Amino acid sequence: MTFKKIIIAATLTLSIAAAAFAAEPTKAPVVTDSAAAVTAPTAPVAPAISAQSATTQAVAATPAQPKKRELKANKVITLSMFAIIIGITLAVVVWAARQTKSAADFYAAGGGITGTQNGWAIAGDYMSAASFLGISGLISLYGYDGFMYSVGWLVAYITVLLIVAEPCRNAGKYTLGDILSFRTNPKPVRAVAAISTVAVSTFYLTAQMVGAGKLMALLVGVPYKTAIVGVGILMVGYVVFGGMTATTWVQIIKAGLLMSGATLLSILVLAKAGFNPVYFFQTIVNSPEIQDHVSKLVLKDGITLTGIDAGQRFLEPGLFLKNPLDQISLGMALVLGTAGMPHILMRFFTVPTAQAARKSVIIAMFIIGAFYVLTTLLGFGAAVNLTPQGIMQVDKGGNMATLILAQQLGADIAPIFGDLFLAFLCSVAFATILAVVSGLVLAASAAIAHDIYVNVIKDGHADQHEQVMAARITSLVVGVVGIVIGLMAEKANVAHLVALAFAVAASGNLPVVVLSLFWRKFNTAGVIGGIVVGTVASIGLVMVSPNMTYPKVVAAGAQKVITAMEAKQALLPAGAQLDELDAKALTTAKSDYEKNKEGTSMMGLDKPLFKLKNPGILSIPLGFLAAIFGTLLFPNKRSEEMFDEIYVRQNTGIGMAKAIDH
Amino acid sequence: MAEKQYDWASIAQNPKFIELTHKKTAFLFGWWIFSTAYYFLLPIGAAYAPGLFKIKMLGVINFGYLFALSQFFVSWGLALYYAHVANKDFDRLTRELIEELHL
Repeated sequence: MTFKKIIIAATLTLSIAAAAFAAEPTKAPVVTDSAAAVTAPTAPVAPAISAQSATTQAVAATPAQPKKRELKANKVITLSMFAIIIGITLAVVVWAARQTKSAADFYAAGGGITGTQNGWAIAGDYMSAASFLGISGLISLYGYDGFMYSVGWLVAYITVLLIVAEPCRNAGKYTLGDILSFRTNPKPVRAVAAISTVAVSTFYLTAQMVGAGKLMALLVGVPYKTAIVGVGILMVGYVVFGGMTATTWVQIIKAGLLMSGATLLSILVLAKAGFNPVYFFQTIVNSPEIQDHVSKLVLKDGITLTGIDAGQRFLEPGLFLKNPLDQISLGMALVLGTAGMPHILMRFFTVPTAQAARKSVIIAMFIIGAFYVLTTLLGFGAAVNLTPQGIMQVDKGGNMATLILAQQLGADIAPIFGDLFLAFLCSVAFATILAVVSGLVLAASAAIAHDIYVNVIKDGHADQHEQVMAARITSLVVGVVGIVIGLMAEKANVAHLVALAFAVAASGNLPVVVLSLFWRKFNTAGVIGGIVVGTVASIGLVMVSPNMTYPKVVAAGAQKVITAMEAKQALLPAGAQLDELDAKALTTAKSDYEKNKEGTSMMGLDKPLFKLKNPGILSIPLGFLAAIFGTLLFPNKRSEEMFDEIYVRQNTGIGMAKAIDH
Repeated sequence: MAEKQYDWASIAQNPKFIELTHKKTAFLFGWWIFSTAYYFLLPIGAAYAPGLFKIKMLGVINFGYLFALSQFFVSWGLALYYAHVANKDFDRLTRELIEELHL
């Protein structure tokens, strides 16, 4: 058995390595293609901006035109580092596979993870490539708002620490369904808990897979589809063979790499400012490029700011996050949703005691918090050292800011350091993706195999061998489905899916977890009502929110361009034509208008019904209310009688051995 | 599997258990409400009190920046304080309860 696993793992390594190197020659042209594609969109933007500044006296006369930037990782170094990471993680998988014999091993690493290890694993599970690259990019382009955005991701762990971590360790086993089915009618409750877990994991996984494919395409020039399949095969390999033990160690390794990379880069940024934070911020305010960038940002709102005032504005809120209600709504989804995320809840079943669970959250909070503080430094450091204009030339969303910064600050020491550092951070991003997607696949498979197959279909009568087989087959299926969704969603707009995953977790899962741990009357009807209403409300509100595409709104935008261009044409002397760029814009606008004027959104709407991008502010109260009304409408005596048991268990851990040995 | 049977209702009535859960509930929900309220002051303040956020405190570093940074320290501080209280009080009460019940 063990021997067979080693063979399988070795074959997997070889085939991936072979695929990577076989694809090597064909990749070369792709790199230049994608680099061109990345820089291309900036071309029409640059003249538009300089035209704007020419008409605005207020703006400093000559916005320094930074030299054209592109991001090119050294392929040999980067791919070698990828190979090292794949090699190390696969060795972990082979080792973990030998220890994975029972269902408890597969889902919860046999409860044998220490508090410290689990803390690093939680951090590794939680910090996605979006937070690693996205938030620092946001800060590099919009300053303060990016920093403010990062705060909620840490504060969310207060809820995890105070409300769910220890009770879940004491009262649970492998999944959300285990906690919820304790004193309710297990079959329907497990079924809805599994559906909500799969929904949350799928939304999150889709966003991660699409991000992974695009990131890999951008970083090392691997085609999108190859990247998805490669990441997908590794993810499935980790989970199917190594279960929770392998997933945990992949997450620990990733968190270690991520923190070393972020720390090293932060030291380089601080060294540039002589390790003086006040001076560092002074350089931000004084940077002419940042001043110019901010002037143009506020000009869109009709405000004129120049010089030092514009620089100072970069450190003030409101350049990016314009709708406070949306912010509060997102904040609610983060603060309550993190504690309802199935892949995070699952991590607490891997430690032996409530004390270890407590310790692990606290360690995770220090790692995650330190990471976001460093992220700020990286974001502002990128703004100062690379200029926002330079960052936008490579990627308009700023996602590449950290990576370019690493390359430049490394190259300042010696050119080879630039390549090495960039390659290192690319592999950190790669490890980050693998760690997060593995955790999600494991959570989704646990819900299907443990809740649906073992407990609903087989009534809990399945021996260890059968349970592990079911878990492995399910992981394989979930992983393959993840790959297929990733391949299909290449062109889809996935940006809102992460927020949606948190909203579903906050509205569907968290209310029922809290109520089943703390409310005596809570029962089956409450669980089903809460999960169904919370989940449906979050998804439904997003379907009618501004996240969707509204053809009539697009048409109205195109109409404005047409009017503006035609007005411009009318001002031209007779016979003169619009210049090429304007003419092109006019043609595009006209075709956009024709294409979209009769259309409606996916839901058949002309414009959003719900004005916020984040549904939490409405869907979370709905989830709670449905759980409470369901309970009160269909009272259940048995659920009330069993409250003493779950309440004693969750507070004291008495009877917990049963949950582990089971 | 021979499982030990517990009389959950009588444990739930035990004065030690009641003391434990009262202390825990007050601490956990009280501090949770505090930290959540403190967090929401950030987006609310940024939106409705921009003047306050602009006040320069340290060189060009303004109140808004220090307030956002303070969120991290408040969260860490609360985490450490909770660990301290839980290790000292809650775990001790739990141990005493288990000893009293001869489990």
